[in-house]
Amino acid sequence: MRGRTCALIQIKPIPKIRRMATTSIAVEETPLVLRLLRRADDALILGHRLSEWTGHGPVLEEELALANVALDLIGQARALYEYAGSMTGHTEDQLAYLRDAAAWRNCLLVELPNGDFAFTIARLLLFAAFADAYWRAAVGSSDATIAAIAARAKKETAYHVRHAGEWLVRLGDGTEQSHRRAQSAIDDLWPYTGELFATDEADPDVAPLREGWLGVIEPLLARATLTRPTDGWMQSGGRSGRHTEHLGHLLSEMQHLQRTYPGATW
Amino acid sequence: MVGDTPSPTLPRFAGEGEGLRVRALAVLKDVVDPEIPVLTIADLGILRDVSVDGDSVEVTITPTYSGCPAMHAITLDIQAALTRAGIKARVRTVLSPAWTTDWMSEAAKEKLAAFGIAPPERGARLKCPLCGSEDTEQISAFGSTSCKALHRCRACREPFDAFKCH
Repeated sequence: MRGRTCALIQIKPIPKIRRMATTSIAVEETPLVLRLLRRADDALILGHRLSEWTGHGPVLEEELALANVALDLIGQARALYEYAGSMTGHTEDQLAYLRDAAAWRNCLLVELPNGDFAFTIARLLLFAAFADAYWRAAVGSSDATIAAIAARAKKETAYHVRHAGEWLVRLGDGTEQSHRRAQSAIDDLWPYTGELFATDEADPDVAPLREGWLGVIEPLLARATLTRPTDGWMQSGGRSGRHTEHLGHLLSEMQHLQRTYPGATW
Repeated sequence: MVGDTPSPTLPRFAGEGEGLRVRALAVLKDVVDPEIPVLTIADLGILRDVSVDGDSVEVTITPTYSGCPAMHAITLDIQAALTRAGIKARVRTVLSPAWTTDWMSEAAKEKLAAFGIAPPERGARLKCPLCGSEDTEQISAFGSTSCKALHRCRACREPFDAFKCH
């Protein structure tokens, strides 16, 4: 696939003045644009992380599943970038490929490296249960475009919650090793879930979603015979552009082609 | 000025626009889904509308799933088919109302089953498209495309794709 992909890209001669084309864009963030970027960046970064499993899945069926979830998320991100870009004057590609790490608005949870399969599944569940609650609420948005995106996305995220939830139960209530790894993943990830529900001007409505989120997560943890971590110190920073070092590495791979061959098209 | 002179924005001949629309619809009847070539985009409910704008048509489609990679191919197929028929066309993608398998016709479901893919069934137990047994089980919630899951028949032991209810 790699070779074929390269063959399809029309590589234009590198312009003499490369600085202009590769320079990162600045995005004027109104509260609405910021909200859209947060949703889009969450979806694209987690979609990218899940796509990293391609070729490494534990079984073929799960390989297909993670790639399919990644596709859903990247599709959601595209619609959100298109809408945000219609207000900022950018294309979806510019928003994805020409922003530096500090301009990304995704939560820290989604940028963490995949870890083992238990970590990937636990992270997917914790995020998908938030996204599902968010999109179900956003269906009633007075903004028709957001409502339309939400109506599609909620069907997909509900499916992601079900799939990741079934796996978490299987892992937690499985062997001694799978239980240990699932518990360790939940313990490590829990401090990154606070950021999902942090309220500010751009996200005035996310805090009340936590109750419904816990209503999904807690029974699943119980069925999986896993211990619910206590709510202690919560990590934050992603929403305002203060990221872990992992995001920079992810972006250097994801943006590599557009940064090297500005404007390359299929 | 009001009276006999027709507005310049209206079609010059009555019914001209409708004729073009009918012609475009006839062409689009043959555009199939690239992943499930027994179904047309109309069968699937992807084709939402065809409207006439002057001497060209606007075709409105909606994706089955947000990230369905076939949408690009479908857009190109629509444009190619209409261009071959001498019709200028623009393809527009809309997200609302969100696509659902409820839009799939009974005829389309029969074509799917004959092709070896179990059609979407709300609530009911899936019938094996190969031997007809209802003794089936899901192997994986995800299949070869976004819109399908992987199942197995316990009677004839064959695995098969099933269209997900959505």
